[in-house]
Amino acid sequence: MEKHRKRKVCERIAKQGVLVSDGAWGTMLQTMGLKPGDCPELWCLEHREKVLKVARDYVAAGADIIKTNSFGGTRFKLDMYGQGKRAAEINRAAAEISLEAAGTDRLVMASMGPTGKILVMGDVSEDDLFDVFSEQAVAFEKGGCDACLVETMSALDEAALAVRAVRQNTRLEIICTFTFELNSKGEYRSMMGVSPKDMAQAMIREGADIVGANCGNGMERMTEIVRQIRQAAPKCLVAINANAGLPVNLHGKTVFQETPEITAGFVPRVIAAGAAVIGGCCGTTPEHIAAISRVVHNRA
Amino acid sequence: MSVLEQISENLIKGKANDVKALVSQALTEGKKPADILNNGLLAGMSVVGARFKKNEVYVPEVLIAARAMKFGMEVLKPKLAEAGVQPIGTVVIGTVKGDLHDIGKNLVGMMLEGAGLRVVDVGINVESEKFIEAAKQNNATLIGVSALLTTTMTNMKGVVDALKASSLAGKAKIMVGGAPVTQAFCNEIGADGYAADAASAADLAKSLLKK
Repeated sequence: MEKHRKRKVCERIAKQGVLVSDGAWGTMLQTMGLKPGDCPELWCLEHREKVLKVARDYVAAGADIIKTNSFGGTRFKLDMYGQGKRAAEINRAAAEISLEAAGTDRLVMASMGPTGKILVMGDVSEDDLFDVFSEQAVAFEKGGCDACLVETMSALDEAALAVRAVRQNTRLEIICTFTFELNSKGEYRSMMGVSPKDMAQAMIREGADIVGANCGNGMERMTEIVRQIRQAAPKCLVAINANAGLPVNLHGKTVFQETPEITAGFVPRVIAAGAAVIGGCCGTTPEHIAAISRVVHNRA
Repeated sequence: MSVLEQISENLIKGKANDVKALVSQALTEGKKPADILNNGLLAGMSVVGARFKKNEVYVPEVLIAARAMKFGMEVLKPKLAEAGVQPIGTVVIGTVKGDLHDIGKNLVGMMLEGAGLRVVDVGINVESEKFIEAAKQNNATLIGVSALLTTTMTNMKGVVDALKASSLAGKAKIMVGGAPVTQAFCNEIGADGYAADAASAADLAKSLLKK
């Protein structure tokens, strides 16, 4: 039977208006010593205080909703580091850490990323995907978070299974965001060819409470994506977590150059287009979130 | 429609079992294995690649076409070997040290096979030296290096340096790709070529092999 679901994010939006979510996690952990090839999610157990610091920095920056260090926390991803058996423990800890930073007045949405397996190729069965997402979702709920953020998705089938797994196994509110890129024909499509419109309709049908986009684009391009989602689903709340601009290559290193001020400068347009949750993704820092928060929270 | 055209058509649609059956039929009809490969399977993959580059189709369509090609190759491979047909070249592919992403790399592998190359996939999180060793062992003259992360793409230079320091220096070439990789980055680290997508990677590989 369908469980009665939490609606804290939607209720807070109804009361308070646009909410601010936090920024990048992986790059923040890297500045604290996470090396390429290390398992970021394992830090929830082995470097708890550093993960907690990221969450606290985002709370201090003014985020209303805090994510978790669990993006690659499905058993399939953790298996690559030999940590698959600890999936439940790691994801529960991820939720608990962010909850500790969030206190009573901020919300926590736990990050659930793609598994890296492709259904159309027969890499994996639908049942197996559903099971790993279910395991992660149940751990999030045990850790006490309010919502689950199914993010950086590109395939409708995988995202639908993730949303379904959260819906059928927990009471968590569900936010689902895809990553879109602007193609040579001037259209926004995910890697698997999904348009913002198709994403929104399919994920709402699966039971997502909020849909949207993350990664792939800076705040500027998110405006058009929000517009297309709202056109397809006028009543649905939209969440955006944008990169700090588009990546630029500088002396052999890829960097996201957009300053907090530039990112925040595009926020009024994204709000005007209809976004209800706005935060950051790759390259964003607590400074970016603070700048976004100033724009969102100080609106007349 | 000739049987070879039918092979192409069905491959483009991703009808794996039909492709397999048609390849068998073509062999029974006495078509040459090389002809079936070039004008049936590879011709179909080349259409898929061109459509992918133009954003007319996306990753799922490429994947199912590649799967159909694989089905056809199961039947054709032994016949190609009997006829002494050689692949146009061998390429070693892998994802750099520190990076565990494989979707892009796998896609490139499929397109390279779809362009008639022999592909040796050394996997993910690969040490620079391992690329070179695999190239030596397999007589590969091309190495394809993938990275998805901005933090790991810098390890591509390690592969370029390892090649330069090896006995394959001047004999093998390196091509790079992955979401954060650009032509400018390729030039900077001294790699031989960059491709923006898997279909372009297949074209690039063919041109690098000719040089």
